[in-house]
Amino acid sequence: MLRYLLRRIGMIVPTFVAVTFLSFMLIRLVPGDPIEVRAGEHGVPPERLAEFRHQFGLDQPLWKQFLDYEAQLLHGDFGTSIVTQDSVLHAFFQLFPATIELSVCAILFAVLVGMPLGVIAAVKRGSGFDYGLMGISVTGASMPIPWWGLMMILIFSVALGWTPVSGRISDAYFIDPVTGFMLIDCWWSDDAGACTSAASHLILPTIVLGTIPLAVVARMTRSAMLEVLSEDYIRTARAKGLGGLRVVVIHALRNALIPVVTVIGLQVGSLLSGAILTETIFSWPGVGHWLIESIQRRDYPVLQGGTLLIATLVMLVNLGVDMTYGFLNPRIRR
Amino acid sequence: MSSTASAPVQATGAAARPMPGTLRLFWRSFAENRGAVLGLSITLVLIVVALLADVVAPHSPIEQFRDNFLTPPVWAQGGTARFLLGTDDVGRDILSRLIFGARLSLLIGIAVVALSLAVGTVLGLLAAFAGGFVDVAIMRMMDIVLVFPSLLLAIVIVAILGPGLFNAMIAVAIVTLPSYTRLTRAAALSELARDYVTATRCAGAGPLRLMFNTVLPNCVAPLIVQATLGFATAILDAAALGFLGLGAQPPTPEWGTMLAGALQFYQRAWWVLAFPGLAILLTVLAFNLFGDGLRDALDPKLRR
Repeated sequence: MLRYLLRRIGMIVPTFVAVTFLSFMLIRLVPGDPIEVRAGEHGVPPERLAEFRHQFGLDQPLWKQFLDYEAQLLHGDFGTSIVTQDSVLHAFFQLFPATIELSVCAILFAVLVGMPLGVIAAVKRGSGFDYGLMGISVTGASMPIPWWGLMMILIFSVALGWTPVSGRISDAYFIDPVTGFMLIDCWWSDDAGACTSAASHLILPTIVLGTIPLAVVARMTRSAMLEVLSEDYIRTARAKGLGGLRVVVIHALRNALIPVVTVIGLQVGSLLSGAILTETIFSWPGVGHWLIESIQRRDYPVLQGGTLLIATLVMLVNLGVDMTYGFLNPRIRR
Repeated sequence: MSSTASAPVQATGAAARPMPGTLRLFWRSFAENRGAVLGLSITLVLIVVALLADVVAPHSPIEQFRDNFLTPPVWAQGGTARFLLGTDDVGRDILSRLIFGARLSLLIGIAVVALSLAVGTVLGLLAAFAGGFVDVAIMRMMDIVLVFPSLLLAIVIVAILGPGLFNAMIAVAIVTLPSYTRLTRAAALSELARDYVTATRCAGAGPLRLMFNTVLPNCVAPLIVQATLGFATAILDAAALGFLGLGAQPPTPEWGTMLAGALQFYQRAWWVLAFPGLAILLTVLAFNLFGDGLRDALDPKLRR
């Protein structure tokens, strides 16, 4: 196990270096000289620019600059925003809880709704419900997120007035960000109105971001259940005279969970892609919204540092998922 | 149930008649799947509409009718038969823009899939044949691409290349490259262990001939499926980039860009938003249904 662990960590190091190299090149490849971008558009005398260049080490050879960049990263310096002068790392960790809150809610929604639907479809295989659900599932997986989000706003916020249009909580409340997770902070503050407001702001974004995972989970649960239900031990369980529900939930679902959990683990990357769009539509103050704004403001250090941080997180999540498998399934360890 | 009862009958029937061609066999199992046939039909209609856009479209996609800003669709109050799906904020006919947009979307799909399929196949074959360092280097490169959420990487690439439809297509092609490379490599590796490859090698075939003439044709089935599903992804991703203002630029009638254009008006003119999105959904859905059907028909192992 230790050998597997070390080898897996050993694999991540070159990947990480390569990712940092890409992010190092990013700032040099975007249109515009980094110093001129940093100094702003107004005329700065060339001597001052040269001074800047020296100050930021940009007159050094490229390999030296890259090593300096690596050293900076290892010291936790992921760059500074040109617009706000705020540290990228600091801004990232301020905004990241909003993205996690939304993503966790979306995954919970997908699992809590998708899994039972998939189980029912598998048990009632070939029925109208099964065909209907599979039709809805492939439609959900084909959904253009921007359109879906705006249509939901149009119907539920504008026409029916049931949910707020955008943001995380009504302006009427101020909640001190203790954890950064709005629901937890509201609960902590014992303000029922704030809790309701935060929850109602979450509903639409959760559904929009959860739609594609929901489609994937429902489909995956159905096919995993179909496979398990045809196994001999299910027949044995039925032959023993166990009730239908008990066989389906206790015997079948538990074994069908493994591929479903794998698929959920693989959704992290696509979930973050969806989060970028969802956050943009709902003005949700998370990391995705921040990155899109950084492009519009040509705040490239933010784009650079933010992308690198997200890639690092995805790598760590993948590592964690792999470790869990290695732990659960001894065959992978070698 | 009827399906289990009819299976043996069908088998004996097929044995009695002369062996049907591979294509007919394929079509028979494909046509069983109603969703797949629906997907294929929508795809064919889209292709015809895209090809005949000049004939079918009632107006030019960029002509502005200055007396008809935000006209509702024909069935809504205030609609006119002149603009079946209404007009947008500068008086352009939405139906005509959608029809010309179909051309762009198919073009995006074809270009993205062709590019990433070609590069991905070559890289995958190289990795499988060369093995060792080349294999590790290529596959690590793909792992690095996969570390980024796909849309984020596409956004970064567009930030470097500059916004526009062409650059957006390149970005989406790069982002989808790993799936083709991995598929080709896996398929080629399993083929390489077979006797016919050894026989061809013994007969003196060079590496290029082995790669493209001997092994590649036997890896085609999963690639065709992936390419069809990749069409759907390409259209969806390009539309997302268009929506974020990084893809096709106005006044190009690209569907995602049309969604972005609707942002300021959609709360009082729903049709400006609804129809471009429906067009994207329908097209992506058609390719996904078609691709699922192809997979079921081409790979008996995965059949229900």
